[in-house]
Amino acid sequence: MSEVLTAPLVVEFPFTRSLGPVQSAFLTGLRERCVLGVRATDGRVVVPPVEYDPVTADEIRDLVEVGTGGTVTTWAWNPSPRRGQPLAAPFAWVLVRLDGADTALLHALDAPGPEAVRTGMRVRIRWAAERTGAITDIACFEPAEGDRTVHQPQAHSGEFDDPLTGITTPARLDYTYSPGRAQSRYLQALADHRTIGERCPSCRKVYVPPRGACPTCGVATTTQVEVGPRGTVTTYCIVNIKARNLDIEVPYVYAHIALDGADLALHARIGGIPYDQVRMGLRVEPVWTDGSRYPDHYRPTGEPDADYDSYKELI
Amino acid sequence: MPEPARAAAREPVRGAARDVAVVAFAQSGHVRDSAATSEVEMLLPVLHDVLAQTGLRARDIDFTCSGSSDYLAGRAFSFTMALDGVGAWPPISESHVEMDGAWALYEAWVKILTGEADTALVYAYGKSSSGDVREVLTRQLDPYYVAPLWPDSVALAALQARALIDAGLTDERRPAGTAARRRGGPVRPPGEYVVAPLRTGDCPPVVDGAAAVVLAAGDTARRLTDRPAWIRGLDHRIEAHSLGVRDLTDSPSTRLAAERAGAFERPVDTAELHAPFASQEVVLRRALKLDGPRGAHVRINPSGGALAANPVMAAGLIRIGEAAARIRRGESDRALAHATSGPCLQQNLVAVLEGDPRPGTGGQPEEGQ
Repeated sequence: MSEVLTAPLVVEFPFTRSLGPVQSAFLTGLRERCVLGVRATDGRVVVPPVEYDPVTADEIRDLVEVGTGGTVTTWAWNPSPRRGQPLAAPFAWVLVRLDGADTALLHALDAPGPEAVRTGMRVRIRWAAERTGAITDIACFEPAEGDRTVHQPQAHSGEFDDPLTGITTPARLDYTYSPGRAQSRYLQALADHRTIGERCPSCRKVYVPPRGACPTCGVATTTQVEVGPRGTVTTYCIVNIKARNLDIEVPYVYAHIALDGADLALHARIGGIPYDQVRMGLRVEPVWTDGSRYPDHYRPTGEPDADYDSYKELI
Repeated sequence: MPEPARAAAREPVRGAARDVAVVAFAQSGHVRDSAATSEVEMLLPVLHDVLAQTGLRARDIDFTCSGSSDYLAGRAFSFTMALDGVGAWPPISESHVEMDGAWALYEAWVKILTGEADTALVYAYGKSSSGDVREVLTRQLDPYYVAPLWPDSVALAALQARALIDAGLTDERRPAGTAARRRGGPVRPPGEYVVAPLRTGDCPPVVDGAAAVVLAAGDTARRLTDRPAWIRGLDHRIEAHSLGVRDLTDSPSTRLAAERAGAFERPVDTAELHAPFASQEVVLRRALKLDGPRGAHVRINPSGGALAANPVMAAGLIRIGEAAARIRRGESDRALAHATSGPCLQQNLVAVLEGDPRPGTGGQPEEGQ
């Protein structure tokens, strides 16, 4: 069997999110070294604050300021920090109940080793040198044994100069994409300027590009069939708007092409003929450019047009 | 956590007019890396297997529902590619959940209860080997306060494990799930710390895999199999969003779902628990009252559980399928199946399955079974 192809695939977005009034106050507050919580329906102070009560789902807006020191409620030692995590050296993940809060906030604790961490230990916020209004404005927590300051939550208006209305959180995930057996065979054949489809053992139709299954019958397709290279234009459209980064003069024609022997039409650009002379039934063949893994476009073969009846099932 | 007041108005769907059963179950082999096959290529043998058990063809199925995640594939609408495997040709009636397939089964069950379908095919798959599943799962976390810190799935489970140790419910030297796994699947060595207190033996092997079940109503179910696994109750509930609001040593949503599914009305003889991390099994056993005298005669995870193989997005559906398969083989009369989704048992689903009474048993599970 031919080798299965793989390729790196990176999915990356700068997610832009708008903030509600409570999230805006909390994240703007972090920028100003001030930690806000919200009083829930049952009187508990929730930090980090939420806009809806975790139990009753009532809307809550009653902001309070809590302390910047707190107590570890649970922890885990991370011996191998990963990309994007708050600290590059081994650290503890911690849930910290800040003074005056009744719930805990997740963050990192900078500690020399797991023996220096325990549930109930006192810690305090280490602020990031540059703060933008994000959870990462808290660089991490650091041990603060002996700090026994009792902090009562203080009412807070939640108002700051220049409040944040949104945040941008970049995210990146790395994958190794594998198209599987059927599509690997298809791509490898294309590299030799051949097009292969696969025949369904049930309905006998030849699918191209093949995906290993007949989408009509729901059975595996295993028989490879070489199709084309010539084909028939079954339908087409005229593109009048230039796509960015695409060096093709408009107008041009994009068409569905039923390759000879295939029961599903591919789509490709038509060249070598004025755009207003392309028609249903036009016989075409692929034009390859050097180093390309797929045809650049299809051009007329000069044969007589195909009969409508020969391709009407494929439109 | 107290139940939200407005939930009282929602009556459980138990006791509905139609009986619905699991009549077939199939799963793939679970492999570390399935790069050689696409999702649909991995799924097809499983679909063929589950349909062959009933004699049905894909086109005979009234409703099809799948569970999977675009984030595992790194590709939008990835489930549409797998749809080729069931003959996604109009007029197929089809739906998808971006969750474990157990939730797809819930949707299919409701569809049959409404009378709009007599049969349903439910399938789920995950090819997490194409990405880094620990990083991928961070993208389901709160995007404002948590996801920017990239806490991976093992780190969050480790926080929960520490909370259990601090509460005296387990201890650090003894991997939390060992006792249960000795009853069921193989015991793995503790291994190195991944994120302490969790070691490799407490974490699930990340595998690729797929599973499928066929559901059928009433007489259709009896026609398709000798011993249908009747779904007597099915419910799912969710915890508060923020981890710091929750008591990580408890799972009130599991308990509530089990109560609504009727799990506590009579003892079960089998429990298939979806606990990807060893310590989570401790939480679930407590929430489902499987510890102590009440649980003495319950086989917990005879399949080996999710700690033996955790194909993400399929592992919960597999718990229901394994429980149903035991009933269909006559090894169980009343089984509980649990599925979870999200960090630290965020969302939980409980199904109660029963076989028809067999001659000589009076319909009740025998003690010690």
